[in-house]
Amino acid sequence: MSEQRHQGVVTFTRREVLEAGAVASFAGVTSSSAADAAAPARQAEHGITQRLSTRINGTAMALEIDARASLLDMLRERLGMMGTKKGCDHGQCGACTVHVDGRRVASCLTLAAKVDGREVTTIEGISDGKTLHPMQQAFIDHDALQCGYCTPGQIMAAIACVREGHASSREQIREYMSGNICRCGAYIGIVNAIEQAARQTERT
Amino acid sequence: MRPVRYIRARTVLEAVDAFAQARGNARYIAGGTTLYDLMKLGIERPTCLIDIATLEGADRIDTEGDRLFFGAGALMADVAETRSIVRDYPLLAQSLWKAASQQLRNMATVGGNLLQRTRCPYFRNGAAGVYPCNKRDPGSGCAAIGGLDRSQAVLGVSDACNAVSPGDWPVALTAMNARIELVGLDGARTVSIDDFYQLPGSTPHIEFAMAPGEIVTGITIPKTDAGRRSTYHKIRDRESYAFALASAAVALSMDGDEVRQAHVALGGVATRPWRASETEALLQGQTLTYERALDAARASFNGARPGAHNKFKIELGARTVADAIMIAARGTNHVA
Ligand SMILES: Cc1cc2nc3c(=O)[nH]c(=O)nc-3n(C[C@H](O)[C@H](O)[C@H](O)COP(=O)(O)OP(=O)(O)OC[C@H]3O[C@@H](n4cnc5c(N)ncnc54)[C@H](O)[C@@H]3O)c2cc1C
Ligand code: FES
Ligand code: FES
Repeated sequence: MSEQRHQGVVTFTRREVLEAGAVASFAGVTSSSAADAAAPARQAEHGITQRLSTRINGTAMALEIDARASLLDMLRERLGMMGTKKGCDHGQCGACTVHVDGRRVASCLTLAAKVDGREVTTIEGISDGKTLHPMQQAFIDHDALQCGYCTPGQIMAAIACVREGHASSREQIREYMSGNICRCGAYIGIVNAIEQAARQTERT
Repeated sequence: MRPVRYIRARTVLEAVDAFAQARGNARYIAGGTTLYDLMKLGIERPTCLIDIATLEGADRIDTEGDRLFFGAGALMADVAETRSIVRDYPLLAQSLWKAASQQLRNMATVGGNLLQRTRCPYFRNGAAGVYPCNKRDPGSGCAAIGGLDRSQAVLGVSDACNAVSPGDWPVALTAMNARIELVGLDGARTVSIDDFYQLPGSTPHIEFAMAPGEIVTGITIPKTDAGRRSTYHKIRDRESYAFALASAAVALSMDGDEVRQAHVALGGVATRPWRASETEALLQGQTLTYERALDAARASFNGARPGAHNKFKIELGARTVADAIMIAARGTNHVA
């Protein structure tokens, strides 16, 4: 443990990080709720830097991030990968669905620091060059969207749904896709698309 | 959100040690689906996160010996799909796959699930401090009592709090007489699930019988043939991906048509996972009919204290239990 703590200190040697540490420990010694009530215009608190090595859509990346960041914000704000959407930011809508080590997760509730050493796949990483992923094609074939905002999350969830073996009937698709909300109500097309893609996958 | 330091623990002792070093402002993070959510809402304000999802062997699932064992770090999705659990203890598998979404079940652990916090809208509306809440801010009052209380509890409520205990898995574990294994700075201990959850009383901010820094390492369940005749029946505002308005975990040991022993617990209606002792007692030795099941179910709601908008939970709760009893008795073993 002491070794790991020591490594932690070594990582946090940049100037802004030291400043952040000072702010954090100051916050720690004051009664936080009283301090918050008394000071409505709180100063922005710099984050603590966290090092991270991950593979995103097959590309190895080494990053320094704010330890508070979500995987979703890291993808969108830091890496400019805007395909993954933010609907609710609280795990309630599924718009932010990506795969970590092949399993679907809500990237808004995934601490970015947790993907260190792991493999992330986003909507940007599923086509084969110009050839769409069969699930993307199925969504087009079945008009499985209207505004399209929920679609990247739906497609990432749907690919996983088929891979997990949870696409054997319409009922099962509905149950295992319930984590993805579509405000436009394109659900019938979505279920049709997944049925088609599941059949295709079976054949290949 | 406050700046936070992130540490990965490899062993339980390393994690407990890191917690002690952080002096009070640390939290363990497993899946983060409760904790990180509450950090975003400004309700949890840790300055140090100790990742325990990385603990060696924490995700072990063992169904071999005379008890079932679930490591605290096992994912909800993995326990829900463990073949022997689906076959021999459908109530356990159902309580997991009927919770949250597959995305969340791929993140959330069965240990973290025990410690999830209430979805009471007044509790969760925390950042601005608009509404008083005795759980969030002890002594400030309860805005839910006399407020919009449709989703609130009718059993186990106090004058300080009527927030529902939200979890499904803890309800199934209560029916199965689970024990929780804990490790802290003072060593290891186990506690029955009945003793683990606290009634709100005058201290609703104390929900679990846990010392600061203690880690849940696992959950054990004595094996029983009642698992084969069991169900987790969950009634929600929508068909899937919602918390329970009322739920029932039922497992039955039968002698022919007669109930030898009934295990019944309730969710969605109480301030903690709720053992329906009255129902269990009334079912013993009975030959089941729907009417008997409903009478027995109603008995567990005799002490209900509804508010202005949640009286429906008494009838809904009793019928949910009665339906669950009849489903369990059929011994169906059905997973969507
Ligand atoms: C949109 C949404 C819908 C949901 N729907 C449901 C539902 O229908 N039914 C249901 O039951 N649940 C539901 N949940 C809750 C979800 O199941 C829990 O958030 C999850 O199980 C918590 O597990 P976790 O591993 O993510 O815990 P974390 O968020 O990592 O931790 C939760 C708490 O437990 C502590 N902790 C975690 N593990 C340990 C340990 N081993 N030892 C000591 N302390 C620990 C943490 O410090 C924290 O305080 C839902 C959640 C969301 C966001
Ligand atoms: S943005 Fe993640 S679930 Fe809504
Ligand atoms: S297509 Fe508009 S939200 Fe789904």
